Amino acid sequence: MRADLAIIADLVHQGARVLDLGCGDGELLAELEHTKGVNGYGLEIDPDMITACVAKGVNVIEQNLDEGLANFPSSSFDLVVMTETLQAVRQPDLLIDEMLRIGRECIVTFPNFGHWQCRAYLATRGRMPIARHLPHRWFDTPNIHLCTFADFERLCNDKALVIHRRFVVDTLYRNRPLINRFPNMFGTIAFYHLGRSR
Amino acid sequence: MTLAAASDSVGIVTPQHAAFESALALKCGRQLPRFDLVYETYGTLNADHTNAVLVCHALSGHHHAAGFHTSTDRKPGWWDVCIGPGKPIDTNLFFVVSLNNIGGCHGSTGPRSIDPETNRLYGPDFPVVSVADWVKAQAHLADHLGIERFAAIVGGSLGGMQAMQWAIDFPTRIAHALLIAAAPRLSAQNIAFNEIARHAITSDPSFHAGRYLEANDNPERGLMLARMVGHVTYQSDDGLRDKFGRRIQPNGGSGDTQFQIESYLHHQGRSFSQTFDANTYLLMTRALDEFDPARDYGDDLVAALSVAQADFWVCSFTTDWRFSPARSKEIVDALISAHKNVVSTIIDTAQGHDAFLLPVPRYLDVFRAYMQRVAWSLGFANRPDNRLTAGPAS
Repeated sequence: MRADLAIIADLVHQGARVLDLGCGDGELLAELEHTKGVNGYGLEIDPDMITACVAKGVNVIEQNLDEGLANFPSSSFDLVVMTETLQAVRQPDLLIDEMLRIGRECIVTFPNFGHWQCRAYLATRGRMPIARHLPHRWFDTPNIHLCTFADFERLCNDKALVIHRRFVVDTLYRNRPLINRFPNMFGTIAFYHLGRSR
Repeated sequence: MTLAAASDSVGIVTPQHAAFESALALKCGRQLPRFDLVYETYGTLNADHTNAVLVCHALSGHHHAAGFHTSTDRKPGWWDVCIGPGKPIDTNLFFVVSLNNIGGCHGSTGPRSIDPETNRLYGPDFPVVSVADWVKAQAHLADHLGIERFAAIVGGSLGGMQAMQWAIDFPTRIAHALLIAAAPRLSAQNIAFNEIARHAITSDPSFHAGRYLEANDNPERGLMLARMVGHVTYQSDDGLRDKFGRRIQPNGGSGDTQFQIESYLHHQGRSFSQTFDANTYLLMTRALDEFDPARDYGDDLVAALSVAQADFWVCSFTTDWRFSPARSKEIVDALISAHKNVVSTIIDTAQGHDAFLLPVPRYLDVFRAYMQRVAWSLGFANRPDNRLTAGPAS
């Protein structure tokens, strides 16, 4: 299993009902169905990715996250997952509210704009950072709402969300002591396991 | 080389008849004392009888879905783009059954048949048929062919509604339901268009209260008008602009200018009026209007679909305003709430409702991928990713 998927799979209960926002080629859901017997659905808009999901037997729904999730009833899923998509949506804060309306819990992963390479790039060159985990140029990037881990945690705090777990890794999805000591400086990808406000 | 000899064609096909001598009780309370169904098959039924696919036709369709009746036919069956060797419904893998529904005018028992109780043509006295009645008759045909459970039941528009009804009425007899350009029930606008078509027919003096055959007449003008209205609703504004624009028909001659769209509609209407039965058109549009499987479940579509055991593919087209993507979404949302396996796609195309009959590349790609999934989930094809277990939990 891909390392990032393994991290998420560890957090999923057997037989859970899972909604994956921006499910790509359906690898996560296929794995979860295979190993955890979940009843999973994925939302995706890329035609080739959707066909790849169909070929895997994944329940893929063609739906644009930016058009909202109003068609999903409240508390209709155990878990809502969104991997490396948060930074590409139009209203990430509202989407997190929606994820926790639809699911009891959610898992969100996104790249860290506060990584030291980004900071150094901007500080020394005065230009928009390009790094291994953020390879796009400013004009062709799908990432319109980049943030740092600190920014994200402030948002969670403002919304009074419960952070059940935070897992921070490097670009190869490895967890290192230095990353644990200074996640917002040395981590590139974070996995946040969130629950509803207290 | 004739068209029928092409490697992706099912080739020359011969319609077959099945006679059912026991009565079929209909939803309207009446019954057919006996009935015939005309059908075609493509491909080969496997030893376990697990690879059968039922194709359900739409409003003006019939049993001739693929291939050619003679080597000189210029046009193949109505869904030839989707049925054949290597096509989405791959006849190398599947045994395909396509029939003409009861009430039809292409050989199955309908208004042009003799009523055995009166020994005269049924005509306007043919009982009102519903989608549920068609599905019941199709189940009799499945019994006749030795098919206990269909691998898939597939249809576009009114055909998709039959596939949906199957999943609800015979949950153990259908593994996959493919609902293309369908809706859970008609809107007031849909019914309005159907009523315009019906009124065009019934107000034609040649209709003779439905006894036009005995009067040696045919309500051609009414049928033509019905088809012209229908045809406009099956296409999108963009599609008509791409196809016709404001181009003038050359060789008009008469002095009146005629736009190409006008002569196209006249041609479509005229050829339809000469081949289709007016009473059948009235019956089929009524069945469409009345279709509403949720009604039997307290108007709760989730409850209606909860009884289904099939997996679903729901496909719509962006410019379809007859049964828009929003209508398909109602079905998808209900299926998700009912915890059913479902794939939903919305194909971007200018071709409107009729797109389900056309070779739209992305549509055919995802259709093929889904049918491959049907094959491997039922164990008669290999999974592309070589995973050992069967597909999603079902």
